[in-house]
Amino acid sequence: MNLDFSPEDAAFREEVRTFIAENYPKDLRAKQDSGEQLSKDDYLAWHKVLAKKGWVAPSWPKEFGGTDWTPTQKYIWSEEQARADTIAVLPFGVSMLAPVIYTFGTEEQKKTFLPGIYNGEVWWCQGYSEPGAGSDLASLKTKAERVKEDDGKEYYIVNGQKTWTTLGQFADWGFFLVKTDPDVKPQAGISFLLIDMKSPGIEVRPIITLEGGHEVNDVFLDNVKVPVENRIFHENQGWTCAKALLAHERSGIAGVARSKRGLERLREMATTEMSDLGGPLLTDTFFKRKVAELEIDLTALEFTELRTLAGESSGKGPGPESSILKIKGTEIQQRLQELALEAAGHYGAPFLRDLGHNANIGPSYADGVAGDYFNGRKTSIYGGSNEIQRNIIAKMVLGL
Amino acid sequence: MDFSFTDEQSMLRDTVASYLADNYAFDARRAAIKSEAGWRPEVWKAFAEELGILGAPFSEELGGLGGGPVDNMVVMEEFGKALVVEPYMGTVVIGGGFLKHSGHAAAPDLIEKVIAGDAIFAFAYAEPQARYTWQDLKTTATKDGTGYVINGQKSVVIGAPWATHLIVTARTGGGQRDAQGVSVFLVDKNAKGVTTRDYPTVDGQRASEVTFENVSVGVEALIGAEGHGLPLVEKVMDEAIAATCAEACGVLRRLQEGTVEYTRTRKQFGVPISSFQVLQHRMVDMFIQLEQSISMTYMATIRLSEEAHERAQAISAAKVQIGKACRFVGQNAVQLHGGMAITDEMAIGHYFKRATMIEGVFGSTDHHLARYEALSFGKAA
Repeated sequence: MNLDFSPEDAAFREEVRTFIAENYPKDLRAKQDSGEQLSKDDYLAWHKVLAKKGWVAPSWPKEFGGTDWTPTQKYIWSEEQARADTIAVLPFGVSMLAPVIYTFGTEEQKKTFLPGIYNGEVWWCQGYSEPGAGSDLASLKTKAERVKEDDGKEYYIVNGQKTWTTLGQFADWGFFLVKTDPDVKPQAGISFLLIDMKSPGIEVRPIITLEGGHEVNDVFLDNVKVPVENRIFHENQGWTCAKALLAHERSGIAGVARSKRGLERLREMATTEMSDLGGPLLTDTFFKRKVAELEIDLTALEFTELRTLAGESSGKGPGPESSILKIKGTEIQQRLQELALEAAGHYGAPFLRDLGHNANIGPSYADGVAGDYFNGRKTSIYGGSNEIQRNIIAKMVLGL
Repeated sequence: MDFSFTDEQSMLRDTVASYLADNYAFDARRAAIKSEAGWRPEVWKAFAEELGILGAPFSEELGGLGGGPVDNMVVMEEFGKALVVEPYMGTVVIGGGFLKHSGHAAAPDLIEKVIAGDAIFAFAYAEPQARYTWQDLKTTATKDGTGYVINGQKSVVIGAPWATHLIVTARTGGGQRDAQGVSVFLVDKNAKGVTTRDYPTVDGQRASEVTFENVSVGVEALIGAEGHGLPLVEKVMDEAIAATCAEACGVLRRLQEGTVEYTRTRKQFGVPISSFQVLQHRMVDMFIQLEQSISMTYMATIRLSEEAHERAQAISAAKVQIGKACRFVGQNAVQLHGGMAITDEMAIGHYFKRATMIEGVFGSTDHHLARYEALSFGKAA
């Protein structure tokens, strides 16, 4: 038992640090620094650099493009990305869909879809939630009926509505959960379909969130025709894929390295902001205590994640324990946002989004903290709400 | 980075667990702590002779098993599961720690006696006025020829009724709360002028109020350098806190698992109460607290070898987590067991009592939060 980094690990850290410094797109950095809204190309710019280097999907099996890194190397990689404040590789294709394809897909499907995900050529979105199916995801109503067309091929005709589709406005393709058998218990009648978002009958409508952003969407499907070969795994066994996907979604969700960086930023803010008694806010007895407790909880989460990673390296995939990482990780992200908003004081109030990215009122660190706070409430809701995560632990870990 | 146990450490865990399963059942413990002696010397003898675990953290050169802090962690976690009262903490972790780190001339001989089960130590550090400030000392050691004369009073010295030796902090210079002037002495408990008032503690241990009245000791009683003992005390104390965290993990595991088990068998409204979601989520939160505590115990134990600042910060962070977990898991274990938990006949309440005492052992949650803040934010903040 030790925390030592081997000379190889130290060399690896140096290598990735240098790579990021030399290759992170300069205009993307500039936009991030000025708080400008990112375009579709911006989102993909870093992805494409990483794809070229071969580092876009470290966790995939090597044969599909994984790096075969040790858990320690993966840890170093996420630390260095957070340190350099890089944008995250979008999870929809790389960390959510791809594991489903390489676990449950046919050879043909792997060949067709994995390269596009890897290279960032195809933007994927998720069609899971529905207006009537949130935490009770299996109660989804979007219907797929199997028909044989005149061309002699079989298709699903899909009708329904999906919601909370993140960045769906940019998507080329989507992965959808649809009901293929309405007469059995809900989990047993679901299939997992890949749908071309350019198909006739699909309409994507924006949902504007509290901070004024357009991140999520409603997706309407009206008689959308999907070839049967775009189904992953067996008909009516899509729930198996969905569960596997959610476990992968949860394990990345802890966001330890990013929260560590967020904590540094909070401490910088609280060193500049003044307390009621004069002197830095970080000397305020009550504020200081909240930061200390957050820091300690983050350390506990970090070591729980490291223990989970160590377990994974001995052959186990991310299990129900990753629900702990989701719960604690999102709680910590939200507490960071809460404290940043508190620290900003009066300057939490100005709302500059519609004034353009050059607008500047008050200290630059205060810009956006309120938006982050409001937007950040989603984290304990998405990916299976934190209450659903507790149900999962109760059932799968405690056997209740 | 590596979180695995060596084969030796896994064997150590199995040895301790299997001995305790056979010899340390709840009723046997209960009878022992109610007996006049309050412990079982034969268990201690078995630890030394049958199991050989009293040498776990000592080098093979000194006759030990060649382990270190991780081995203490393994032993203490198992002890926590069985609520062991025998003085491994005072003797092996703390006494052994002082002897190992001070390079005292008699250390090899004394460690040999520790491993054989013949020397038992209790750490007399607390004083009535001092709360958790280790250097706040009214006890004095005055130079007298080549030796010293010790005067003072020590509070709640855990394990003192069973000890052969006391390790005593005393002031050889400086003001009452100064960092400088702290010295550490090893005193024979039978020395003239040492008097003890022995009593049980609420969690089944034994302790003493110890008075030193003109106790004369030779220069060989001094452990470490005269007047510069505080860094040594802090180092050993941090090792003791890490071991306490490990013990807490054992206690917390029993509280959490015992609660899950109980709610599955207890029926109300015609169903096991474990089927109620409000209780399920409470038990999940207890489980998360346990997992976070295990993580912090690993972290702190591994970081014991780092420089004083990093070590202390890691230890205090862990103790904060453990303190909060002991309160949350302990109180909720009782709540979910209902009235049964506050009867003396059920084990759960005894784990609750130990968990509650651990909150305050070697510094409360608030104390360690303040220490963590000072270390993390600097004195200026």
